[in-house]
Amino acid sequence: MSGRITPGKPIGMEVSIAQAEVVAQCDVDCIAAYPITPQTHIVEHLAELVADGDLDAAFMPVESEHSAMSACIGMSAVGARTFTATSSQGLALMHEMLYIASGMRLPIVMSCVNRALSAPINIWGDQSDIMAERDTGWVQIFTENGQEVIDQTICAFKIAEDHRVTLPTIVNMDGFQMSHVIEPMVFYPTGKIRDFLGVYQPLQRLDPRDPKMFGPVGIPEVYTETKKAHDVALIDSQAVIEEIWEKFAREFGRSYAAVEPYRTEGADYLLVTIGGLGETASVAIDELRAAGVKVGQIRLRLWRPFPHEKIRQALAGVKGVIVFDRCLSVAGTGGPAATEIKASLYNLPQRPTVVGFIGGLGGRDVTVGDFRAMIQKGIDYIDRGAAPIYEMVGVRE
Amino acid sequence: MKTKLLPTWTEMPLGCAVSEPGTAVEYKTGDWRSNYPRTDENKCIACGVCWIYCPDNSRRAVRRQKAPEGAMYTHYFDFNFNFCKGCGVCAAECPTGAIVMLEEVKR
Repeated sequence: MSGRITPGKPIGMEVSIAQAEVVAQCDVDCIAAYPITPQTHIVEHLAELVADGDLDAAFMPVESEHSAMSACIGMSAVGARTFTATSSQGLALMHEMLYIASGMRLPIVMSCVNRALSAPINIWGDQSDIMAERDTGWVQIFTENGQEVIDQTICAFKIAEDHRVTLPTIVNMDGFQMSHVIEPMVFYPTGKIRDFLGVYQPLQRLDPRDPKMFGPVGIPEVYTETKKAHDVALIDSQAVIEEIWEKFAREFGRSYAAVEPYRTEGADYLLVTIGGLGETASVAIDELRAAGVKVGQIRLRLWRPFPHEKIRQALAGVKGVIVFDRCLSVAGTGGPAATEIKASLYNLPQRPTVVGFIGGLGGRDVTVGDFRAMIQKGIDYIDRGAAPIYEMVGVRE
Repeated sequence: MKTKLLPTWTEMPLGCAVSEPGTAVEYKTGDWRSNYPRTDENKCIACGVCWIYCPDNSRRAVRRQKAPEGAMYTHYFDFNFNFCKGCGVCAAECPTGAIVMLEEVKR
């Protein structure tokens, strides 16, 4: 870390720079990255920290994101604490390597600064990039502000490296609306973070003194068993993640949950959000509550493993659920969060109606007023029993 | 004889890693073969080019049964059919044309 952070009091800083500082505090050994908007400032600042001698780590500039993830796989395989960051086309280019990182059970931590996918070329925020990677077998966590980015980056190393998990982990933040915003954030003392994380002890690593082979051919006789083990490890990681968040709350004073309720007391309707626009939505919830509308909010923090039980507990009792997705599954059955929430609730004997809205694509603003209108439209659909499969909002007609 | 059972999903090594070296020897790839190489002992000069090119380490030096008249070498290169996949690289690379590929069914 550099001299620019003072632990304990709020500091105004760009969230990307703050994440780079906290990655340095986490005692990362190796970083391989390729610059892509809006993630660039994170790895640029890490490169700076390494060049200035503030961070003792190997920084490997590579020629593409495919190479960045490949290099991270190699570095993690020899037992290094490894970090990278990417966005959009960069994440898409990593696609095949993401499966290899998780399949080989390498605890790489990646920051994904969520951005739209081309075409048309669009460098602004939405969640199309990460949602295309939802099945890659990584732990996937969403954040809503700079402080959460700092906290979840620390937790991500702890989660990934836990011997009960040993899986790569992605921390998501919204492109520009979070990454490029200067926010007040509280940093923690480096020693405290390092005590929390401990020294990374890999369960297994490549070492010439104890030869092993990672990433061999998995013939039909073993492929299914390997995938089953991966699936169960990711499902079971939820309990470990919750345990780590509890430990984090005890030591750092801020608590997190897989599914976080906001003003849900006595709610007939719930709005589900995922990612940074959730904070804007909360203001709309406040306004509607003040106007007497019985609506609350559920923030989905943990995307993988998908917290089915927690979602059922949070949503089962209400009349209707409105899900806001910042990703279009073109001509599909709805936004990714809405689709999965519906699947989670379907087998319940009594389930709420689910209305899926899709908006905020390619950096389009979604204001408090937009959320208010969306919620009211959703409530109207629920009350009339006329919910569409999904609906895009904020489209010029 | 004790049969080695395939591991269950709970017994799988983490990330399907192979924790001991040289285990590929236990996996016999020879039954993938549809063509097999035959070496003419008289043409083989034991140069080892086939051994270098073989992707499966299935070439091996074998002592000649009875050295033919005027033979300069005590060994020639033959095959380990447990591993030969029949790719034919050896036949293509052999400088003396000592190796020919034949259809497995007509063997």
